[in-house]
Amino acid sequence: MCKECGCHVKNHQERSSKEEVNLFKRILEKNDYQAEENRRHFEEHGVFAINLMSSPGAGKTSLLEKTIDLLKDLKIGVIEGDLETDKDAQRIRAKGAPAVQITTGSACHLDAFMVHKGIHELPLEDLDLVFIENVGNLVCPASYDVGAHCNVVLLSVVEGDDKPEKYPVIFKKAQLMVITKIDLLPLTDFDLDRAITSARKINPHIDAIKLSSKTGEGIEDWLDYLRFKVKVYKKSLA
Amino acid sequence: MHEFSIVQSLLELLEEEATKYKAKRIARIEVVVGALSGVEPHLLEFAFNTFKEGTVAEGAEFLVRVEKLKVWCKDCEKEYEKEELNMLCPICGSLNTQIIGGQELLLKSIELECPDEA
Repeated sequence: MCKECGCHVKNHQERSSKEEVNLFKRILEKNDYQAEENRRHFEEHGVFAINLMSSPGAGKTSLLEKTIDLLKDLKIGVIEGDLETDKDAQRIRAKGAPAVQITTGSACHLDAFMVHKGIHELPLEDLDLVFIENVGNLVCPASYDVGAHCNVVLLSVVEGDDKPEKYPVIFKKAQLMVITKIDLLPLTDFDLDRAITSARKINPHIDAIKLSSKTGEGIEDWLDYLRFKVKVYKKSLA
Repeated sequence: MHEFSIVQSLLELLEEEATKYKAKRIARIEVVVGALSGVEPHLLEFAFNTFKEGTVAEGAEFLVRVEKLKVWCKDCEKEYEKEELNMLCPICGSLNTQIIGGQELLLKSIELECPDEA
């Protein structure tokens, strides 16, 4: 017999009561707090941060190399996210800009905590603009606020103009889409208008720039965009 | 697949809530996943059932409510639920719209088992 209540159940379970609690909590709230913290950190140093997202091979690192070469009026640093290797960080350092490599192991995206580690390894006091080059992936990075001021998504013409419709979440999160590798347009069926129109169905205010990091076509538009963004940002801090 | 990472955050939240309410177990959880949250509900459930072992939510039942994309059309002055993931008003085709639901990723509620006070 059970000693506690006198019942005849051998393995008497501890008595307990059930209670329902309504929470309505964001599952990623800790990440979001850290992202705010990261933004504050950038702001303390007057640094504008851009989260660069795309599928693998869309040309994120090539665009950054070109940008560092040409945008001499702004001091640039880079936080590189990759599953493995620090090859991308080496490419950036070879251009003379400070770069921190974050290897995520198996994680398919950067989160605010990983970026926070990277921030502390960059000489923020000497910089105007930091690029956070996310892991190549059009799905997972879209769910994570990393603490940047601006999200940019790259789409290369070889990927096809249907990507904004297939991956609406990432195009919704971006303020700018950069269509890359336009020198390859004659070799593809990519329709620039269709790509931009379908991105604007999910994000009516998304800006669009078309360029080729290889030939330099359209690069000036990108550099002007960066200059404008950094200028407006710095004014907002003053 | 970032659902595994999201489940790690979810389990952290559950441990915290269980401690706060002095619960010994979590019997059930309900999450809300927006159609435009970037999270696949069935992958989230799979990840949860994989990782819940050895945690306070080990025996927890997982309920998921999928929130459809909801837009407010400023031209029609009406709210619509959408199947397609875009902001076009399904009636007038306008893009003068605003998303009012379907982007959330929430832990809505939990059912706790608390020991009775002796």
